[in-house]
Amino acid sequence: MSIGKLIFNFLIYPGFIFVLLVGGIASFLERKITARIQWRVGPPFLQPFYDLLKLFFVKETVIPEGVNIPFFILVPVIAFSSAVLTSVLITNIFIKSFQGFTADLIVIVYLFTIPSLCVIFAGAVSKNPLSSLGSSREMKLILSYELVFWTSLSIVIIKTGGKITLRDILTFQENSKPIVFSLSGFIAFILSLIVMQAKLGKVPFDISEAEQELIAGPYIEYSGALLGFFKVTHYILLFSLPAFISVLFLGGLNIFKYLLLLIFIIVFENTNPRLKITQAIRFFWFYLFPLGIIGIILAVKGL
Amino acid sequence: MNKLKILTKSIWVFHFASGPCNNCDIEILDILTPRFDVERFGIKLVGSIKHADCLLITGMLTRKGVVRLKEIYEMAPKPIAVVCFGSCASSQGIFKNSYNRAVPVDEVIPVSAYIPGCPPRPEAIIDGIVKVVKKLRGEI
Repeated sequence: MSIGKLIFNFLIYPGFIFVLLVGGIASFLERKITARIQWRVGPPFLQPFYDLLKLFFVKETVIPEGVNIPFFILVPVIAFSSAVLTSVLITNIFIKSFQGFTADLIVIVYLFTIPSLCVIFAGAVSKNPLSSLGSSREMKLILSYELVFWTSLSIVIIKTGGKITLRDILTFQENSKPIVFSLSGFIAFILSLIVMQAKLGKVPFDISEAEQELIAGPYIEYSGALLGFFKVTHYILLFSLPAFISVLFLGGLNIFKYLLLLIFIIVFENTNPRLKITQAIRFFWFYLFPLGIIGIILAVKGL
Repeated sequence: MNKLKILTKSIWVFHFASGPCNNCDIEILDILTPRFDVERFGIKLVGSIKHADCLLITGMLTRKGVVRLKEIYEMAPKPIAVVCFGSCASSQGIFKNSYNRAVPVDEVIPVSAYIPGCPPRPEAIIDGIVKVVKKLRGEI
């Protein structure tokens, strides 16, 4: 296989450009469906791309006084690059000649935490009381959902007989049936749907952003292109997280499975109020984690 | 292509309240509701001045407000449009002779548009938005 094709796969299709376009369209769908639920008309189709163009090419970037400037600039870039890398790793398993590498499940899960960590750093480096509060809340949120996420992933690993390569999990599901069609798999699927909502920072768990109390949370001091990097990260995660869940539980990725998960995210977002951080931790640790343990026991029993 | 044309496709509004009577604030919320939904034009309210493209001022500028307004304008990433919303912000209204009035807004920072009215009707607000957009595009 030629290097040129590899670069094409990583940068254009199904890599960076493709993921960015799909993420932008997903963001448009999110805003449009939210608007329709509230009986409004909603934004035009290209709105997410207009926002990005504006942030990257028109607006000035203001750097607050007294911050660590290299760190302040690097944080959104790192969040963006790790989000791109994650989505490229997920989409490239569908390419015949590449098909991922050994134990890429673990790598992907760790890469998914980097954007959240960057949100924490962004809040901490901004020198703003509201953003520090936001980053402290994000920290607690990560502590609460990561446990449940690993629990639900371990159910998948037990069901597939100890496979930690994404391609192997996919092949296993193609040979038998998707993991969601068993009792323990269904429990794991529900858990990871809720974790997905928390990782995306959507409404029941948008505790760190919390527009009404913290204004914009960790992003409050970011402007111009740096805010644009956070926006792009968000768009890409809106594609890559549902894609990851779909590969793990629904046995592959196609447009219907992706839209199903996306619409679930949007409806879940629009029908729930924001939790307090204590409620979120209690919800994850004392309700979902025991459910996950039950799921693991069922998976070991073979259900 | 004029860069400001892209800006007019997604205007994020920051709302600065300098002692308004809440009448104008409620009218601002009015144009976000289903009947007049301005998200059609990509306009949305943001909470931080660092994200804003439009600074919307309601209420007569008070002595305490004028310091903050100047600070906020200097913090904002340029280009930014400034809109005076309501009679009080535009011309100090009935508080012209009040003890705590400061100078009018346009003596502190450059103003792009005035939307008079007490409070302005939603139609007037949308007309004001159209004028701001046209001004940013350089059509008027």
